[in-house]
Amino acid sequence: MIVAPAEFMLILPEIFVLSMTCAILVLDLFLKDRERAISYWLAQFTLVFAAVITMTTGSGQGELAFFGTYIADAMGSTLKVFIYLVTFLAFLYSRHYLAERKLFRGEYYVLGLFAMLGMMILVSAHSLLTVYLGLELLSLSLYAMVAFNRDSYPCSEAAMKYFVLGALASGMLLYGMSILYGLTGTLDIGLIADSLKGQEASVPLVFAATFIVVGLSFKLGAVPFHMWVPDVYQGAPTPVTLFIGSATKIAAFAMVMRLLVESIGALQSEWQGMLVVLAVLSLAIGNVVAIAQTNLKRMLAYSTISHVGFLLLGILSGTQQGYAAAMFYIITYALMAAGAFGMIILLSRAGFEADEIDDFRGLNQRNSWFAFMMLILMFSMAGVPPTVGFYAKLSVLQAVVDVDMIWLAAAAVFFSVIGAYYYIRIIKVMYFDKAEDDQPLAPHFDLRLGLTANGLAILLLGLFPGGLMALCGRVIS
Amino acid sequence: MGEFPLLSLVIWMPIVGGLLVLATSQWPSLNPRPLALAVAVITFLTSLLLYTGFDVSTADMQFPEKASWVPAFNIYYQLGIDGISMPLIILTTFTSVLVILAGWEVIKERPAQYMAAFLIMEGLMNGVFAALDAMLFYVFWEGMLIPMFLIIGIWGGPRRVYATIKFFLYTFLGSVFMLVALIYMHTLSGSFAILDFHVLRLGLTEQVLIFLAFLLAFAVKVPMWPVHTWLPDAHVEAPTGGSVILAAIMLKIGGYGFLRFSLPITPDASHELDWLIIFMSLTAVVYIGFVALVQQDMKKLIAYSSIAHMGFATLGFFLVFTIMDNNAGSSHGSVMAMEGGMVQMVSHGFISAAMFLCVGVLYDRMHSREIADYGGVANTMPVFAAFMMLFAMANAGLPGTSGFVGEFMVILASFKASFWIAFLAATTLILGAAYTLWMVKRVMFGEVANDRVAALQDVNGREIVILGSLVFMVLLIGLWPAPLVEVMQVSIQNLVAHISVSKL
Repeated sequence: MIVAPAEFMLILPEIFVLSMTCAILVLDLFLKDRERAISYWLAQFTLVFAAVITMTTGSGQGELAFFGTYIADAMGSTLKVFIYLVTFLAFLYSRHYLAERKLFRGEYYVLGLFAMLGMMILVSAHSLLTVYLGLELLSLSLYAMVAFNRDSYPCSEAAMKYFVLGALASGMLLYGMSILYGLTGTLDIGLIADSLKGQEASVPLVFAATFIVVGLSFKLGAVPFHMWVPDVYQGAPTPVTLFIGSATKIAAFAMVMRLLVESIGALQSEWQGMLVVLAVLSLAIGNVVAIAQTNLKRMLAYSTISHVGFLLLGILSGTQQGYAAAMFYIITYALMAAGAFGMIILLSRAGFEADEIDDFRGLNQRNSWFAFMMLILMFSMAGVPPTVGFYAKLSVLQAVVDVDMIWLAAAAVFFSVIGAYYYIRIIKVMYFDKAEDDQPLAPHFDLRLGLTANGLAILLLGLFPGGLMALCGRVIS
Repeated sequence: MGEFPLLSLVIWMPIVGGLLVLATSQWPSLNPRPLALAVAVITFLTSLLLYTGFDVSTADMQFPEKASWVPAFNIYYQLGIDGISMPLIILTTFTSVLVILAGWEVIKERPAQYMAAFLIMEGLMNGVFAALDAMLFYVFWEGMLIPMFLIIGIWGGPRRVYATIKFFLYTFLGSVFMLVALIYMHTLSGSFAILDFHVLRLGLTEQVLIFLAFLLAFAVKVPMWPVHTWLPDAHVEAPTGGSVILAAIMLKIGGYGFLRFSLPITPDASHELDWLIIFMSLTAVVYIGFVALVQQDMKKLIAYSSIAHMGFATLGFFLVFTIMDNNAGSSHGSVMAMEGGMVQMVSHGFISAAMFLCVGVLYDRMHSREIADYGGVANTMPVFAAFMMLFAMANAGLPGTSGFVGEFMVILASFKASFWIAFLAATTLILGAAYTLWMVKRVMFGEVANDRVAALQDVNGREIVILGSLVFMVLLIGLWPAPLVEVMQVSIQNLVAHISVSKL
């Protein structure tokens, strides 16, 4: 049992992120408060450099390492790069927000990087144990991040809920995994897939699949396992919500791909039915309940639930094209979510949280440029062309129609019309209402730059979606 | 012109110009109006090249452009126009100039955003008419909603928020099912090209479902009874320019959709279900005509009259099957019905724009649209009264104006289908005259109603230019429709020939 040195090259991004995170953790102890920016810059440097390493190493051939527990493939590398990007945005947007609330501590970046390391492991997992390892590293860091503002009662409450339900979900997942292990005798995802090939779906197998689907649904926040999502989104500090709402969704997609598609893909006809129910319920409940919200973070939480419904549509189609569509959907959604929460941060200032929908009143008068950015983001979430959200929905619908589930596509578009209402309500308050809050908006330069780039990216990807779509198609097949 | 991408120019010039106008809002001292007008005028002049360079002898798509756009889904940036879309593009660019002019002094709040929204919308509407790829069409079609949503919502009347959200959701609901139909056809044919859809073989059940999906999208847009209820609200609350664009262009996009999608893609379903469209159209003509009669609000009255007039256009389009069945072997009557519908659409574009602009002229001075607040306006605004009288006559379908040509052609053709259809359609000549002229009588004639009417100033030079150019167009088409009919003739003959062949 010898690990070849070349295998270490494959996990170089993980090694790099881990060492840098530990270095920041130690270094941060010796920093004075006014030098805290060094931790921030180091964290950002880690992300950029990790992206460089990920893009230069790895042949994209699907090489296994460490006795088949780790896989370096094109899908993993691509997802990782987007995870770095979204994490980069999350750190960028949150810097001044945290500083203004005296929360600008090194732990935020250390925990964020550890969570991201968990995502990376999850993305590249090729064994049920590696999946679980990555998931727990991610989740534990997130629980701590949600409770980051420890003096705040809602934060602690949200963290508690998140922890209890997250632990329950992990338990479900583990239970499903253990049954699967018992039936196939292996933890290796590739071997599980081989041993299931051509096998009849027995009751225990379906049982295992059910528990895995339930566990995944908890993590994704699909109805009826969505209860934690609104409370956590609303209760957590906005930068943390941003992080949970964007980067972790990409990791969750990877987890679904590894666990459902790559390991028990042979049971596709079994889990397809479960996903249909989950998807339709998520679309229905997410979109309808979001209408009643007055808190923007809570509204975006329900909107996430409905977007998860769309994501599941892509996956349940069970075709390469569907997986590629789901991947395109989740990447663009992560960018949109990062932008939308970034807007909340932009409008907030010391002692004031702009997380109520009414706080956006008359934004067009106060700052027409960022009102326009928010307009793009909201229309994109609603799926109106020429924004990228439209192509995300288009590609998923195409995948669903291709497998002859036209009624499902019709239901999905019907609910997205309902969904359009609450997105255009944001635009309504920004453009049609008078501003009550006449404090001028004075965002920091880096936040302005980041949000502008984020909003324009949504528009430009909408005008030229071909490149990203082709990329997703290529790395899935 | 050959390789020169004229259509792209007509689409993107106003959009880029609109973004430039938007950029001027960063410097409040700059006046965005001249730049906006320049962009609109240049676009209009450019679009005239489409007319002069147009070959009337072929039904093929002209000025073609094609570039790969989203290879993963076989989506192309494909443009081209025929005799059906070309007049509508020129109508769009012409109307946009008027709209910019009409908002010149009236819009004081954020004029740059106002002008930019109209310019961007102009480009998107041109894109709808020029797109030959279904996804490109859909992108333009939906994208168009965004500026209109903002125009009604920001510069509209007291109930603007209700009106604009209703407008948005109504049209959005209508079009998403069309999206599913388009995706389904892409699955069958592997292409999103509209011309490929035309020759795609479909079973009757498929055709009926696709037809219904299209019907929902286009009927909402036209709008046809019973999905018309968003229109009066949107019209009443929209600023004058918004009403003009809504009536003159947006409604035509629904009619255009029937000609470009429903009829050629699903001819058999259209044949099967033509009674439904004819019924809806006649209801629009007769019932909505009566509804218009009792309106107290001028804009609402014109909005209902728009629905009735568009009923004529859709009636013309879907009469073709009955006429073909009744006169085997002769396509003359059906071509006339369809041409009548097209002429009616173009003419209604000019007349409704003119009527809304007239109401706008009054509203700018009195800030009321209630008929009861007026009376005897002709005494204080004689020049304006002459204009409005002419447009009212055109709206009522007086011979010599453009309103007559389309209605006459459709009624004439409908006699070949059935006497009763013709009879009901012809009631519009009475109803249209009744509601339009009664409104004019109450607003224009009689004693001067109150002090505010007595203090009215007559139209200024800018308004004379706007209304005068519309008078010119209304009379031109009314007296000499041949150039308009000539450009669409071959394309419509081709369309009629295409739909007379079953796809089953």
